[in-house]
Amino acid sequence: MRRITLKFGLVVAGGAILLATLGLGGASTARPTLVYGGSADPTYLDPALVSDGESFRVAEATMEGLVFLKPGTTKVKPRLALRWKQSGKGKIWTFWLRRGVKFHDGTPFNASAVCFNFNRWYNWTGPFQDASATFYYQAIYYGFKHNDVAGLGTPLYRSCSARGPYKVIIRLRRQSGTFFPSLVVSSFAMQSPKALKQYDADKGELVNGTFVSKGSYAFSHPTGTGPFKFKSWTVGQKVELVRNGDYWGNKAKIDRLIIRPIGTSTGRLQALQNGEVNAYDLAAPQDAATIRANSKLKVITRPPFNVAYVTIHQGAGSPMNDIKVRQAVAYGLNKQAVVSQFYFGVGKVAQEFIPPSLPGWSDKVEKYPYNPTKARQLLNSSSCHVPCKVDFWYPTGISRPYMPDPARNFQAFSASLEASGFQVTPHSAPWRPTYVAKVNEGSAGDLNLIGWSGDYGDPDNFVGTFFKSPNPQFNFQNPAIFNLLTRAANEPNYAKRVKLYRQANIAIMKYLPAVPYAHSLSLLGAEKRVHNLIATPTGGTWFQYATVG
Amino acid sequence: MLRYVVRRLLLIVPILFGLSILVFFWVRALPGSPISSLLGERATPQLVQQYRERYGFDEPVYKQYFKQLKSWGRADFGTSIATHRRISEEIKQRFPATLELAIAALIFAGGIGVPLGFFAAKKHGRLFDHASLFLSLIGISIPVFFLAIILKYIFAVRLGWLPTVGRISVLIETKHPTNFYVLDAIIERDWNALWDVIKHLILPAVALGSIPLAIITRITRAAVLDVQNEDYVRTARAKGLPPLTVDRRHVLRNALLPISTIIGLQTGLLLSGAVLTETVFAYPGIGSWLRDAIFNRDYPVIQGGILFVALVFVLVNLIVDISYAIINPRIRYS
Repeated sequence: MRRITLKFGLVVAGGAILLATLGLGGASTARPTLVYGGSADPTYLDPALVSDGESFRVAEATMEGLVFLKPGTTKVKPRLALRWKQSGKGKIWTFWLRRGVKFHDGTPFNASAVCFNFNRWYNWTGPFQDASATFYYQAIYYGFKHNDVAGLGTPLYRSCSARGPYKVIIRLRRQSGTFFPSLVVSSFAMQSPKALKQYDADKGELVNGTFVSKGSYAFSHPTGTGPFKFKSWTVGQKVELVRNGDYWGNKAKIDRLIIRPIGTSTGRLQALQNGEVNAYDLAAPQDAATIRANSKLKVITRPPFNVAYVTIHQGAGSPMNDIKVRQAVAYGLNKQAVVSQFYFGVGKVAQEFIPPSLPGWSDKVEKYPYNPTKARQLLNSSSCHVPCKVDFWYPTGISRPYMPDPARNFQAFSASLEASGFQVTPHSAPWRPTYVAKVNEGSAGDLNLIGWSGDYGDPDNFVGTFFKSPNPQFNFQNPAIFNLLTRAANEPNYAKRVKLYRQANIAIMKYLPAVPYAHSLSLLGAEKRVHNLIATPTGGTWFQYATVG
Repeated sequence: MLRYVVRRLLLIVPILFGLSILVFFWVRALPGSPISSLLGERATPQLVQQYRERYGFDEPVYKQYFKQLKSWGRADFGTSIATHRRISEEIKQRFPATLELAIAALIFAGGIGVPLGFFAAKKHGRLFDHASLFLSLIGISIPVFFLAIILKYIFAVRLGWLPTVGRISVLIETKHPTNFYVLDAIIERDWNALWDVIKHLILPAVALGSIPLAIITRITRAAVLDVQNEDYVRTARAKGLPPLTVDRRHVLRNALLPISTIIGLQTGLLLSGAVLTETVFAYPGIGSWLRDAIFNRDYPVIQGGILFVALVFVLVNLIVDISYAIINPRIRYS
């Protein structure tokens, strides 16, 4: 009897396990829905209050700015504004708005809505002036109507006035080259005045130094004009968007877009392999081969929007003060070998500090292909003869999109510099907390490995950040470069601005305050049946035209 | 009994106070800071200083501690620096997930471990006994994260039988009134959702429950071996009672005390030890939350999260102690 019971129990247990395992695939069947794997939850759904990519991903699908970047490029194109004109020496901007556009709550998009949004940002007070709340507003507009926080500057924005329902005039206090291109950033997307007021978007407080939004707008009522409407957000599970059937332009091809947070790239890859997501972002470069090997999957590339470079630190008594030594460094770095070997096929050799997709990139810059013989010749005619001793730093415990394997980059560069007449003393430090701080304060040797990922599609975000003014990281004084970049940043005329950045890039690569060596593509993994999913260079994903199956 | 419970509850205060000191200073002894994590390449000396002032990190550490202690005294755990979300809100959302996973792991560990240990003892010295010992040795030896990765790779990625991440498929629409998804699905009578939630629990629960399973098997085996040689068991057998009755009434019941102790202790460990499992399965519980916080050096979350887990651990142990008296009437607390 006991044996029978035991056997019966085993059969039942076995059957249960079998049932529990057969046909249990996590794959979804309902279509047309696109499930997209992101790396984390958004911070808030009000894009004016965030600066992280996951929050922007939702905003880019649900909201629109006056202008936008053509999908997959960094070309500024009309969106909610059909055309624009600048006058008053670049301090007055007139926008003619698209007609017949409605916010998701049914209210009309018009000139007064534009002014409401601009004035909302400008009139923020107290906790909203903290950088943890309004990072991008402060980066572009410098200050508010009444600055409550120390360190804020004179605001760039002066006023906004509606001239009829579809014409709006924005006045600035001074010329700015960044005002117009920055309008593509989701933080400056147009949001429904009615919804912002109704759901207390402007209620917030600082808790132990961190901004906390108190209204429900930022959590459950984001209201824009985009091709998708917000449906729900379950923290840790998903953000669900649905197709905006009243969209003014090409309507989305999918009914639902679900963005789910999966913290690790391995987790996202496995979710794709198992059919739990249709596509995912931030695929690790080393996973590209696995994805390509699967007949049902594909890799989508995002144009490079970053740069890896070797800092050259100048200063009192430094051999790097000598241009010939800096040139020798540039010729002594085997950039092609590093990119070929350690970037898993997603890297491109950089010839200047801005990615090729940005305006101002120039093919006429001085190029420094690996040439150890020339490097030795330069050194022998310089103030630092062979072997020229240099301290070279690299970070540990980190992998960055522009630098997947810093230690190997360093080893290869170190070897090529040694072959070029340098005597390299290696130094390393953990990325957190010391390395970046040392690089930025200029105490990480003569040379160090570092890089930058762009925030928005403007050259000032690259070369302006590094070289517009004296910077302890590089510690050089070159008024010509500073002047050129300052003029470019303030130049409101687009064509003139592009020209200035071209000149600046040529000057920078001649002067060599650092040596750029790689731009890296970032990758998305997707099912082959997902089509027209466009990865934008600035880190976003264009879902409007995407189809599944 | 009541006095004992009250005394134990009061003891929680100095325990948490001591732990708050340890956690507060340990977190600050870690290399890195939330600022370097937040700013990355943008961490210029000026910006770092601004952020230090904003978060009060420029003040002496003891002042920071007392400030923090005042907040905790008001039951205010603060706000995450990385996500801007209230820690109490995060706990409310994530703890049910961890508790659900811990219960599933415990059901797996206890449901298999107790019978396995019992039969191993009954078949003492035979192949079944050796095999169970060998399996439990493997269970204890394999690191949880490694087992989690292997299980996920075989049953989800290769075979596609089970999901790889999360608590529920994102395409399933169901309400979550309690945030205990199994319970929610039952309340909503959504059997499709229930089945889906169970599917999502299987692999993490097996991975998380592997070590408790091994321990429970061994403890049960040892306890049963001890008890079945007691005089009262021999007497019961001599009286001619059926073997099943002897096992059920005399052996298993008396062996239950050490087993319940170990299950209680394992419950506390399961609640606090799900960090790796939750990370591998992107399971949105307390463990993966703490892991992210440690990675981001998110001081308020690390501190608040650890104190909360400690509180749960202490309370679970108290419940275990009280349960002794219920299981074994010979134990009296005074």
